[in-house]
Formats: sequence, structure tokens, C-alpha cells
Amino acid sequence: MTESTKKRLVDTKMVPLPSTSIVPERDLGKRPVLETRHLGIEFGGLKAVEDFNIAVGPTEICGLIGPNGAGKTTVFNLLTKVYQPTTGTVLIDGKDTSGMTTEQANRMGIARTFQNIRLFGNMTVEDNVRIGLHNQIRYGTPAGIFRLPQYWKAEKKMHERSLELLSIFGMQDMADVKAGSLPYGAQRRLEIVRALATNPSLLLLDEPAAGMNPHETEELMQNIIKIRDQFQIAVMLIEHDMNLVMGICEGICVLNYGRIIAKGTPEEIQQNPVVIEAYLGSQKKEGEA
Amino acid sequence: MKINKKLRSALITFAIVIIAFLLCEAGINKWFGDGFTLKFSEKGLLVPICAYIVLAVSLNLIVGISGELSLGHAGFMSIGAFSGVVVATWLERAVLTIDAAGKTVPFFSDTSILIISIIVAGVIAAAAGVVIGIPALRLRGDYLAIVLLAFGEIIRNVMNCVLVAVDGSRMQFALKINEGSAVAFGSGAQMVINGAQGTNNKVMSVAFNNERFIVGFALVLFTLFVVLNLINSRSGRAIMAIRDNRIAAESVGLNVMKYKMMAFVIGAALAGMAGCLYGLNMKTVTAVDFDYNMSIEILVIVVLGGIGSIRGSVIAAILLKVLPEKLRFLNDYRMLVYAVVLIVTMLATNSPILKNLWALLLRIKPVAAAAEKIAKLRDGVTGRFSRKTPKAEKAGETK
Repeated sequence: MTESTKKRLVDTKMVPLPSTSIVPERDLGKRPVLETRHLGIEFGGLKAVEDFNIAVGPTEICGLIGPNGAGKTTVFNLLTKVYQPTTGTVLIDGKDTSGMTTEQANRMGIARTFQNIRLFGNMTVEDNVRIGLHNQIRYGTPAGIFRLPQYWKAEKKMHERSLELLSIFGMQDMADVKAGSLPYGAQRRLEIVRALATNPSLLLLDEPAAGMNPHETEELMQNIIKIRDQFQIAVMLIEHDMNLVMGICEGICVLNYGRIIAKGTPEEIQQNPVVIEAYLGSQKKEGEA
Repeated sequence: MKINKKLRSALITFAIVIIAFLLCEAGINKWFGDGFTLKFSEKGLLVPICAYIVLAVSLNLIVGISGELSLGHAGFMSIGAFSGVVVATWLERAVLTIDAAGKTVPFFSDTSILIISIIVAGVIAAAAGVVIGIPALRLRGDYLAIVLLAFGEIIRNVMNCVLVAVDGSRMQFALKINEGSAVAFGSGAQMVINGAQGTNNKVMSVAFNNERFIVGFALVLFTLFVVLNLINSRSGRAIMAIRDNRIAAESVGLNVMKYKMMAFVIGAALAGMAGCLYGLNMKTVTAVDFDYNMSIEILVIVVLGGIGSIRGSVIAAILLKVLPEKLRFLNDYRMLVYAVVLIVTMLATNSPILKNLWALLLRIKPVAAAAEKIAKLRDGVTGRFSRKTPKAEKAGETK
């Protein structure tokens, strides 16, 4: 362990635990699946995210909202270790993730989707899900090349499991289609299925409803709840569609200029003057002008 | 259903190779009488074609499947060729036995020596692949291509300095770094690799040898077996996923470096094997033979056959090696026509208009059926929602 990480660990132990006010009642007393402590990142002096503290319960659906450029996706990139934080730490299931890579963070139980869809476009829908199952159902490369019995057994298991996962969104008929040729909404759903295949304990959805029509959004909301109940996992989502956020999130965290400006239940957030100001601008200032 | 499709595609590839092999064998052994025989010059092409198929398929694994442009493939071929010649010489001179007549003869037959050399050359080239891959694969795209080009040249220059001699059953190695310096190996020593003058292959005869062709064919089958099975397995999918989207691949827990290395090292090993076959088939190969022109030549085969298409690489390798021979009657215009044929083929295989025309002309049903299926599915998905959408919107309004 390097000197700097040691120091960071000591630091995080000294600070008081962040507020857990947005964890729903049934998850109180359980260890949060995700905890961040004073998480922050600077890009050349610009503080993109600063002092970000949050705790997410093991079966919570949590929303992360905020105006454009508030740093929401940056938070996701910090949680999944695409960026290494300049301050603070991320704890997954109580374990420190400092110094980990994206790949290791995924193995710890964080799976995500992307704002700009990142599917394996030249591969079939089923193969996309099979890649999600990569670390779940395993066999060695020699077994794959020489087609040993493990290969057939594991591939059969993969096939069944991927169809099972695809059926959550009713996509099992599309298993043979190239992922890149799917319509937009289906691509978004496939990303969620692929993320689910990695058997996460926390699913991060970056604007899952972007580009969907109201009916599809409605269906997505039901599916997110279904996923949470079926897999018993936590879901954290970034979304601009307030119907979706207010409809399914139990806890909401509002970000502006890289800082948390409000945390609470949907009702609390809707009435919070600071949030309204961040979204609509201050009335006072307009009056003064 | 899907596995069958992949299996069928793989079987077609194998069938093409096996039929081509049987036709060649028929020509060699005159199975269909004197009318269907291979000329001397044509026979001489067979083993190099096998080597080129293996090279093209292995480069396609790196360029097409793993998606990293490699311009140094000839370097691995060179390592394979030179180590193969050394191993073969050692096996012939040092591993001896006494035959029935009381004479000391090599323990292994020529064919066994060839097979063992190919395996050893593959291992050595794989090791070189690991050594080169660890620093180089940290780079991406153009930078990686340039570094691999440089590595190819480094290998060529190092091979230019290698001196290997055999003295009785003893192998002697030296590096000749200065042009002027003399290296003495003793009076009885015979040069095996003589620096820039290349190999002096005394093990295999230069004349066409049917057994060598069969070994080459077996190597082609082995390569296809390894590459096609790899592509359709867990590791192969990971390699292709990293090619398609690196960030997404990391986010689903794939070890990017591991799978990039895997594709690169397997590609290097197969190239080394092909290089060994190529090197042992020739009286002399020099380090200059494996310069970047050779790398580009292999790359042309891969691009012409279609990046990522293994079957295409096989067919293109055969065509591009046979074509210059068949165009010999054109004398001075040979390379001109060759270039025109290359351009026309590229256009014909990559233009969607011509592709559709081909499909129509040949009435390829699977293509049309697949297109229809996809169209149906797309309609099905969008249609399902779009039909309901007006209702949903209305419902929202009434609320």
C-alpha cells in the first residue's frame, strides 16, 4: 500500500459518516451497498465533483438528478473507476475500492449502462449478454479452442441464462440480431440486460429513458422495479424525465456544480427551494435585475 | 439455431480448404490421368501458399478480430523461420541413432523434424509475442501500428547479425555486430545462418516434397481450427467485445490487457509456425525477406479477403499467390494487371451495390432471408410500441 492511499484511508476513518437520510426504512440498519466519503475529482483545477457523500441501501432505487453539466455522469465514472478520485473514497459493500480498475469495480458488484449507448455493435444480442456473463460462467481458453466438455456445458448454461435475462424485457426473439441494428430503445434495454448479466449488487443507469416515448418509459419504470424485486439489488439512476424519477425513486440526490445541494424523498425534493432555484433560476435575482 | 449458423460457416471454410487440398493432391499424384497434373512451378507454390494462408489467418486474428493494426507480422514469421532452421539442423545433426546397416543416421525422419521444428518455432515466436506485446499493446491505433512496424524492423536487423554454425553435432551461436569483424567457428564448421546472407538449409531438399505439403495442409487446418474455435468461445467473444467497445468491455469486467495479449500471442505463434514452414521449404531465406514489405503483403491479403473474415483470408491468400504466377505471360505488364485486379476485387467485394447484384444473380437465399428476418424484427419492435403510443399519449392527456 502506498503512502498516499494509507493516508487517505486514515482520513476516511476519522470523518463522521455521511447522512443516510435517503435510505428507505426497510434498508435501515443494513450495511449500505454503496457508500462514498468526501468523493471528489478535479480536472486541472476545476472541481467537477466535490465532497460527494451518499449511502445507498441494498435494495434502494436512488435517483441522481441535476441540471446539465452538474457532474452526474462524472459521479458514475468515479463510482465505476473510469476516473480515479482526487479526494475521498468509494466503498462497495463496505470495502474500499481505491486504486481499483473499472474491471475490478465490476467484479465487486457495480454494473452500469452508458448515456451514449456502448454496445458491442458487431455482435449478436445474445453474444452481448454472454459477454456480461463472462465472469459468471467460466471455462478456460484451451477448453474453448479444443471444445472440451466444459465448453459445451458452460455454453449451454450461458445460452439458457442469457435468454432468461433477455426475457425480462421480452427480447428473447431478438437473440440472433446484430446489436448494432436494433432500434434505439431496444439498445438501451439490451445495455441494462448486459449490465444485469454481470450479477451486480448495484446497477447504475445513466439516462435509461433517453429517447424513449412515454409508453416505453412507463414500461421501463415497471421493469426497473421488477429488476430490483427479482434480483434484490440497488439501482441508482441519472434521469431527466421527472415522471420516472419521482415515480420510482425512493431517495433522490440533487447535484449542482459538482456539489450535492439536496437529498431526500421525492416529496421533499419537489418542495425544496434550493432545488427549484437550481432548475428554474432564482426569482430574487430576476427581480433585482 | 445460432450455433448451427456459426458451425455451418466454419464447416464451409474447412470444406474449401480440404477440396483445394484434394485437387492439388489429385494433380500431384495424377489421379485423373495426365490431363490434370500440376506443373513443376505450380507444385513449388503449394507449400508457400499454405504458409501464406496461416499468416493471413493469424494476422486477421490480430487485425480483424482483436482490432489492432499490426505492421510487424513478418517479424514473427522471421523468428519462426530462423529458429525453425536452427532446430531442424540440430535435430538432424545431434539427435542420432544407428540404423540396421550400422550407419549413424538422424533419429527423426525429415517430416518429423519439420513437425517438431514448426512446434518449437511456434513456441519461440509466442515468447517473442509476449515480450513485444507487453510494452506495445499499451498503445492503441496508429501508435501501436508504428511501434509494431518498428519491432518488425528491429527483428529484421537483429536477424541480420545472427551467425549460427554447426560443427559436427555441436551448434555454435554468435552475433556479428560490426560488418568488418570476423567470427571464426573453426575449420569443420558449416554455416547454418550466415548473418545477412541468411539461412543455409541443408536439412530439407528444395525440390517439391508431397509430405511437406501435407504437413503444410495440416498446419492450415490446425490454424483454422484454433482461430475459428477461439472466435466462437468465451475468450474470443471477449476479444471481439474489446474491439467493439473498450470502455463497455471494461465495465462488464473484462481484463482488456489479457485478451489483447491472448489474440496477439496466438497470432504471433501461428505466424512463427508459418515462418518455419516457409523457411524450411527454401534453400535460403534472408532477414531482408521478412521486412515490412512482407508485413504489408500479408496485410493486403487480409484486407482483400475482408477484415475479420477468416474464410476470406484463406481464399485471398490462395488467389494472391496464384495470380502473379498465372499472369507471367503478360511479362512487363504483369504487376500492372495485378494491381488492377486488386483494386477491382476490393471494389467488387466491398460495394453494397455489387454485393446486392451478386446476391440477385446467384439468388443466394440465406442473405435475402436474413435481411427479411431482421426487417421483420425491427418492424416488430418499433411497431409494437408505435401502435400503442397514440393511446398512451391520449391517456396521459386525459390525466
